[in-house]
Amino acid sequence: MIQKSSSIAGTSVAKPSYTIRKQNEPESEQPAEDLLEISMGPHHPSTHGVFQMNVALDGERVVRLKPVFGYLHRNHEKIAESVTYLASMPYTDRLDYFNSMANNWAYALAVETLAGVQPTERAEYIRVILAELTRLLNHTCLIGFLVMDMGALGTPLMYAFREREKILDLFESLSGSRMMCNYMRFGGCRCDLPGGWLQQAQKCIDDFPAFLDDYEQLLTGNEILKARTQQIGLLPSELAVNAGVSGPMLRASGVNYDLRKVDAYGVYDRFDFRVPLGEVGDVYDRYMIRMLEMRESLKILQQAMRQIPQGPVMNPKAKLRGFRPPAGEAYGRIEGPKGELGFYLISDGTPKPYRYRVRPPSLVNLTILEDMCLNHTVSDVVVILGSIDIVLGEVDR
Amino acid sequence: MNITEAILGQIQEAFPKAEVSLVSNPSPSNQNSLRVAAADLLEIARWLRGQAEPAFDYLSNVTGVDWPEKIVKEKIKTKTLREGEEKKAETVVEKRIPGFLEVVYHFYSVSLRKGALILRVRTENRRDQVVVPSLAAIWRSAEFQEREVYDLYGVIFKGHPDLRRLLMWEEFEDFPMRKDYVEPDDYEYEPTPHGSVLEKSQPPFRP
Repeated sequence: MIQKSSSIAGTSVAKPSYTIRKQNEPESEQPAEDLLEISMGPHHPSTHGVFQMNVALDGERVVRLKPVFGYLHRNHEKIAESVTYLASMPYTDRLDYFNSMANNWAYALAVETLAGVQPTERAEYIRVILAELTRLLNHTCLIGFLVMDMGALGTPLMYAFREREKILDLFESLSGSRMMCNYMRFGGCRCDLPGGWLQQAQKCIDDFPAFLDDYEQLLTGNEILKARTQQIGLLPSELAVNAGVSGPMLRASGVNYDLRKVDAYGVYDRFDFRVPLGEVGDVYDRYMIRMLEMRESLKILQQAMRQIPQGPVMNPKAKLRGFRPPAGEAYGRIEGPKGELGFYLISDGTPKPYRYRVRPPSLVNLTILEDMCLNHTVSDVVVILGSIDIVLGEVDR
Repeated sequence: MNITEAILGQIQEAFPKAEVSLVSNPSPSNQNSLRVAAADLLEIARWLRGQAEPAFDYLSNVTGVDWPEKIVKEKIKTKTLREGEEKKAETVVEKRIPGFLEVVYHFYSVSLRKGALILRVRTENRRDQVVVPSLAAIWRSAEFQEREVYDLYGVIFKGHPDLRRLLMWEEFEDFPMRKDYVEPDDYEYEPTPHGSVLEKSQPPFRP
């Protein structure tokens, strides 16, 4: 029953452009004649980690592309099922190591749904602030990596990293760690904000629009960037919805679906912000969506900083030790910077989860990688992959 | 959840012969689900996708759950009449609940912003009858996630275009997310030319 077909040999017919690959299409038995098979990755900077694509090329044109996963697989879910609920909180940081705060929130939200615990008001605001800061740093760095894939070596990425460093300093003074924050708990947050943190954060947020203006002036109107991204990697909206694509990728295809609006989890219903949408669904739209989303994130941040109330950060009724959620199941999802990040948990009343599942946005977004890359050149494959925004810690888990 | 019960009614109306039942969730999350027989899954899935209201066009999450065979002890109290006296007796009955694998689907409607509808499908057992129809032809998002469930749980998705292991390497034989999986002592063991391996080696290669 295991089909041994990891190699892409056996393709000889060129596919027309932008059509959905037919399901149940058997691989042809004839050996490939004119096609060149190359293996992109796993050790290549353009794959953003250890990710491999077996590509069949007709000249410079991609005819078939098969992603290969699992180089970073450590069975995160099995490990989480063998420890207590709280013990896997630090391990969620390692899923998408760019956005540990968002991962913490998604996991805390799922467990809170499962156990019926409510976080306090102040904790909800702190979570919103941290999640939006995370979105800022993810999107700036993503754009840096994306233009690096196009040959803009260094400069835009270093600009992004300079801003990221300011946000990471905030995270460090709050949680003690720059990237592996392990900050949220079921029913609130681990500790209150240190003195002067809000002022420091306010300065960071106030300075950010000027950096964004700089960044946009460098990139958005750039001829090379336009030439490399416009009409590249088109993703039609029906296919995007059908393939479970989520986050900025989905909205770049023009589908208005933002979980912050749809589910209104946390206190997102109290903020005034808009959901930017793309029109064409190409790489340029995906780049622009991230730029615009950062501006909306700044709006949310400004409102949250104004409204944040005083009070406890931890629900006194929430138990940390001896935490046993009642038997049942829950699925909690948030709008992570990469898309819909969900946790599905089944409890059997013991301190350990019976089933712990991560719904990884990066992996599901990769489903349509082949469809987007067909009939493009190899150099475009690198750009298209960069625009999906994957982190292999989350894809492989 | 109200939507689950409403959909249950609609499914029962559209498919009078299908076995569909509501699985209540005792936890505070209150996320109920529907259990569907594997034989009816494909029909019901097509129907869910095609209906104008509610159009479940977004399959968010596909995952497996392993339920190994359980032996539940039940105490049964009986009253017997012996020598004119009524005596109470307790007998312990062992009940065997056969094991099975379960696949759980989370559906949403992007166009109508509705959800979630949770469907669950069981396999017959955990050994040889582990086939469930694949939904990858209806929702592309199932493609990699079903491969992952196959990889980690061993559920075989009938009709999947490319059912291979996703995360583990191809030569790997077991299904690591099952509850009774035993880890090998050494994943990277390779036989070296000593002992029995040396015996088996052919003369030209013998050192």
